[in-house]
Amino acid sequence: MSMTITEKILAGHSGRDKVTPGENVWVDVDILMTHDVTGPGTISIFKEEFGKEAKVWDRDKVVVIPDHYIFTEDQHAKRNVVFLRDFVKDQRIDNFYDVGTSDYKGVCHVALPEEGYTRPGEVLFGTDSHTCTAGAFGEFATGIGNTDAAFILGTGKLWVKVPQTMRFVFDGELPEYLMAKDLILRIIGDIGVDGASYAAMEFAGDAVHGLNIEERMTLCNMVIEAGGKNGVIAPDQTTIDFVKSRSEKNFTPVQNDPDARFALEKKFDVSKITPLVAKPHSPENVEAAENLSDVIVDRVYIGSCTGGKLTDFRAAARVLDGRKTAVDTFIVPATTDVARGLREYKLNGKTLLQIFEEAGCRIGNASCGACLGGPDDTFGRLNGQEICLSTTNRNFPGRMGSKKAQVYLASPLTAAATAITGKITDPRKYLA
Amino acid sequence: MPGSKIIGKVYVVGDNVDTDQIIPAKHLVYDTHSPEERKLFGKYAMSGVPEDRSGLPEGSVKFVDEGKYESVFNIIVGGKNFGCGSSREHAPLALQVAGVAAVVAQTYARIFYRNSVDGGFVMPLESVDNIFKSFATGDQVEIDLDANKITDIRTGKSFGLRSLGDAADIIHAGGLFAYARKIGMIKESDKTATKKVGANV
Repeated sequence: MSMTITEKILAGHSGRDKVTPGENVWVDVDILMTHDVTGPGTISIFKEEFGKEAKVWDRDKVVVIPDHYIFTEDQHAKRNVVFLRDFVKDQRIDNFYDVGTSDYKGVCHVALPEEGYTRPGEVLFGTDSHTCTAGAFGEFATGIGNTDAAFILGTGKLWVKVPQTMRFVFDGELPEYLMAKDLILRIIGDIGVDGASYAAMEFAGDAVHGLNIEERMTLCNMVIEAGGKNGVIAPDQTTIDFVKSRSEKNFTPVQNDPDARFALEKKFDVSKITPLVAKPHSPENVEAAENLSDVIVDRVYIGSCTGGKLTDFRAAARVLDGRKTAVDTFIVPATTDVARGLREYKLNGKTLLQIFEEAGCRIGNASCGACLGGPDDTFGRLNGQEICLSTTNRNFPGRMGSKKAQVYLASPLTAAATAITGKITDPRKYLA
Repeated sequence: MPGSKIIGKVYVVGDNVDTDQIIPAKHLVYDTHSPEERKLFGKYAMSGVPEDRSGLPEGSVKFVDEGKYESVFNIIVGGKNFGCGSSREHAPLALQVAGVAAVVAQTYARIFYRNSVDGGFVMPLESVDNIFKSFATGDQVEIDLDANKITDIRTGKSFGLRSLGDAADIIHAGGLFAYARKIGMIKESDKTATKKVGANV
């Protein structure tokens, strides 16, 4: 039928044999996720449009994960979590990860797979632009606004324009100094922050299929930074093993047809890529880390859905083990599972947490933290003219707080190397 | 909408204005459905745009004056990829609350465009060329939605706009819910609550 993975999933969820890029279809939704920043507005629209007594279309398919403004004294932010709590109680939604309880998780995009909500072949929408992260599991996943989410709450459906697919193939074996972050920055540097507008971005090649599931999530997480609608990686044994370890629900993996059509196919030889950094104030402003060695930073931040998973901290610990940081270095695990990993996972006989503490890092609680600035009292927030190197995904003006601050984006390896010297540093210096 | 025109004063910004510039994340805590708190989205609309790019070409023009909740500018002219970044619907909502009727940009980030249309907040119009350098903040313009053009009233110079395309049906209906009722996807009787506030397209 000559369809891509994305086209096949959308066809299957709209009751069609075939869909073509550019056409609009109504799809059935498998999972809708929302959080504390966009959830309350979504719920208000749902009640306004469907009535105060209305029930959600399927309470088992709604997942509510507060993660954004959690460790703050901001009263409006606290009120928004109460708003979510009342709604899930009223709707008898069990998939709720409440603040201040043992259920609390942290960053939704990392919590979704941990809790078994991501499966190949499914359709996942979330009220957050980085919902595209879940394309790593071979599903269609994208971010939407409150109105669209409220519509799904009431109907279980949403209209989607079928995107064309751009294919990015990374050949070769990933060198130890590179991470998924370097690969996606390479792409965004090449095609720009609107280079994949409205398109699906598929990642393929030996280097991609050699990545673990968390690294695949990092690749898909940042498709939105290229304007993409969704990211996707063909499900393989790594995907299936992970999903089966977390979810008991059946699923049907979907692959590209042999004659599937791509709007573009771009190949990269990973042996020719070096550690990369996106300079202020755009993720497309990409430069080799080795060319930025004169940039002095005030702070290093390692965290978020993009750069705060266990793989990210294991990488940072490889560099920081036995060394001291020269600048304030903030460690913010994405979820409580990742935080537990910091306490349990060992390198050279020490836990990751011990390595970070001995290096002089400051450790925060699982949440979105300062990735998007947030309330003024957020841990690690840039409140002035700081220069920060961060493992997060966006560096538009003001993203991490003050619009006078400057944010450089890089992999956790580059972040750790930079933390040691206080200047942007190519991690190869410490991996020899 | 057929037969309609939008006349007013433009506020000009450049390429890649992201949603953190349109409404900074710290302000996302207000209740979108409380009349008092909703006003705050207007107050802080466009407050994240760096000083030198606030109201081009000179910059340093406040979009909303100190102590006010609405802007004197009802049309925003931007370049490419307007509204990139987060999926926050608060972005088009903030522009609507501040009194913006239309944004004119060469291209939009997908989610911002979708939110503007589906929520019925502001009309996202696409210019054929990247025209932000052809306008100065404060210029009086007329947008003719039938002729698909934006005209600088002082100079008489016009620039082409693209037709609304696929989005026209939803925009003309007033948003996704109104459209879904029109085509019978959801029933009128499903709606028991009050009418949606202030859709101005």
